[in-house]
Amino acid sequence: MERIITYSEAIREATEQEMDRDPNVLVLGIGVPDHKGIYGTTKNLQEKFGTARVLDTPLSEDAVTGFAIGAALAGLRPIHIHIRMDFLLLAMNQLVNIAAKCRYMYGGTVSVPIVVRAIIGRSWGQGAQHSQALHSFFMHVPGLKVVAPSTPYDAKGCLIQSIRDDDPVIFVEHRMLHSLKGHVPEKEYTVPFSKARVLFEGSDVTLVGISYMAVECLRARQYLGGVGINAEVIDPVSLSPLDIETITRSVQKTKRLLIVDTGWTSCGSSAEILARIAERFDEVGQVRLRRMGFEPVTCPTAKNLETLFYPNSQKIASMAYRLVHGEKSSWMPAVSDAPEIKEFKGPF
Amino acid sequence: MDADKLAHLYRLIFRIRHVEEEVARIYPSDKIKSPIHLSIGQEAVSAGVCAALQPGDIFFGTYRSHGPYLAKGGDLKKMFAELYGKFTGCTKGKGGSMHLIDVAHGYMGSSAVVATTISHAVGYAYALRLRGSSAIVVSMFGDGASEEGAFHECINLATLHSVPVLFICENNLYAVHTHIRLRQKLNSIFERVRPYGIQSERVENNDPIELYNLVKNAADEMRRTHIGPRFIEVMTYRWREHVGPGEDYDAGYRDRTEAEPWMKSDQLKRIGEMLDPKVRMKIEEEEKDAIRKAIQFAEESPLPAPEELYTDMYKD
Repeated sequence: MERIITYSEAIREATEQEMDRDPNVLVLGIGVPDHKGIYGTTKNLQEKFGTARVLDTPLSEDAVTGFAIGAALAGLRPIHIHIRMDFLLLAMNQLVNIAAKCRYMYGGTVSVPIVVRAIIGRSWGQGAQHSQALHSFFMHVPGLKVVAPSTPYDAKGCLIQSIRDDDPVIFVEHRMLHSLKGHVPEKEYTVPFSKARVLFEGSDVTLVGISYMAVECLRARQYLGGVGINAEVIDPVSLSPLDIETITRSVQKTKRLLIVDTGWTSCGSSAEILARIAERFDEVGQVRLRRMGFEPVTCPTAKNLETLFYPNSQKIASMAYRLVHGEKSSWMPAVSDAPEIKEFKGPF
Repeated sequence: MDADKLAHLYRLIFRIRHVEEEVARIYPSDKIKSPIHLSIGQEAVSAGVCAALQPGDIFFGTYRSHGPYLAKGGDLKKMFAELYGKFTGCTKGKGGSMHLIDVAHGYMGSSAVVATTISHAVGYAYALRLRGSSAIVVSMFGDGASEEGAFHECINLATLHSVPVLFICENNLYAVHTHIRLRQKLNSIFERVRPYGIQSERVENNDPIELYNLVKNAADEMRRTHIGPRFIEVMTYRWREHVGPGEDYDAGYRDRTEAEPWMKSDQLKRIGEMLDPKVRMKIEEEEKDAIRKAIQFAEESPLPAPEELYTDMYKD
């Protein structure tokens, strides 16, 4: 029988199993051992593994990131958790100047096996500084791996892979994924970073959904089915390295590609994927390419503006329809807010 | 300090001075294609600290790396080869002077971004303690680093967790070309950190023997008890320009009269005069010979092959 658990339970289980397996695994971050336990993902870990391996930290993102790097240089495998990805901006020097570069600039003599869990916030008025999705910043820098799984199954397998990886990994989680449920085997397994996941096969248009947008692409696929469009949905799972082969094969079949990011489009993940696909097709017009993401403004808090700010299944379906039937065609499915957004009441 | 220790201290100071004078001599030939930040005048700090350490102790430094790298036992041949950008260098020609490392000798790297390695020392020390090791970690940085936010975060983190880190602040009065009086209200870094709950002292005159004794006592105590971190500020002076091989007393930001007392109390000369002249001469000959061989090794070593551009980016 299939075991069904949530995305956050999958992350907690992966962490606990790896801490059981390897005494070098360490978990640290602001609020890690408190009663909320980072949305349950670190709950009771300190009770089981002690205060030396599960640490709350001062509000010092820069020093604590360097602390994790130093511990990793000594052979530990720290998981540093940020309850909002926005806070990573306080740690950029350590991540970009050190974590990404240590192996190369020290001629392969050291490894920095750290995992940085970065949670993207959304909904209930999170606003300008609690909602940013900055994964593309890290995709820009060689030496960092960036993964953003969308299913509970991949969350567990990718986190275990990230912990065992000998290079620094930015593990991107969207807050709206935490409550979603799916099949997750109890025993340990890894999901490789080299393979994008085709969530649904289709023939008319390829939808690539990054992180939480993979969920919205799956919903859009259902609406599109109602108007006779068969969409293929791909979750890249890993953004760096990026499995461009799987996306290319899909686009060769459908001739139409829409990339939906849970971030801004300018210089973003969607721009990168689009560019790589464009380079693979010789003739202009051979394929039709589009992308979608945050509107190019700061995230507002008023509910109606916030809804306009984000891509959603309705906007995705509508754009995919135009990709298939031409720009002059117009169609929009009647949909309501996604349940995980409607049910989210905060305050966190 | 016994005669053997004193001889070792002198050897370290002499090695750093002579290596850097050779670097400065070679530099105009353009064989060293890397920015160099010379420690001439400051050798006593690295030497005094490292002479008091155990081989298993760990050291994190800065871009003014030649002194601490050599004092901690960093491989001389690999250092020259690295400055020459050769494949036999300590980072295979990928890091240069500002990123020297010698893992086998516990010298765990140098960063070109000020205050960046301090937190690594704290994390490394935490890991050592978690494993029950009695080794300690030295974090060395300059007076400029004390102005970075990370510095304060690190002192707080280290005292909070009582980790065995010895902070060494090399105060040479200048951050690049800016005097400390233009950067800090009080020139008293060692006093400023005390409210974090750290025992802190200052060596006023670049004296490696006083520094050695302080470090030895602190290190012994940190090994024996879980007393936590310690902080030592050492007043010292950079004789050459911030980056590059020459002097810059005519550049307008400082005057030679400021340097003269430091040159008069040159620790190389002072410690050398404490030694039996025969012992001193033997050390100098041995060191000069090793440095000559290291330069020859660098000259004769191959450049990295083009495919090396792509190696060492990831483990696999």
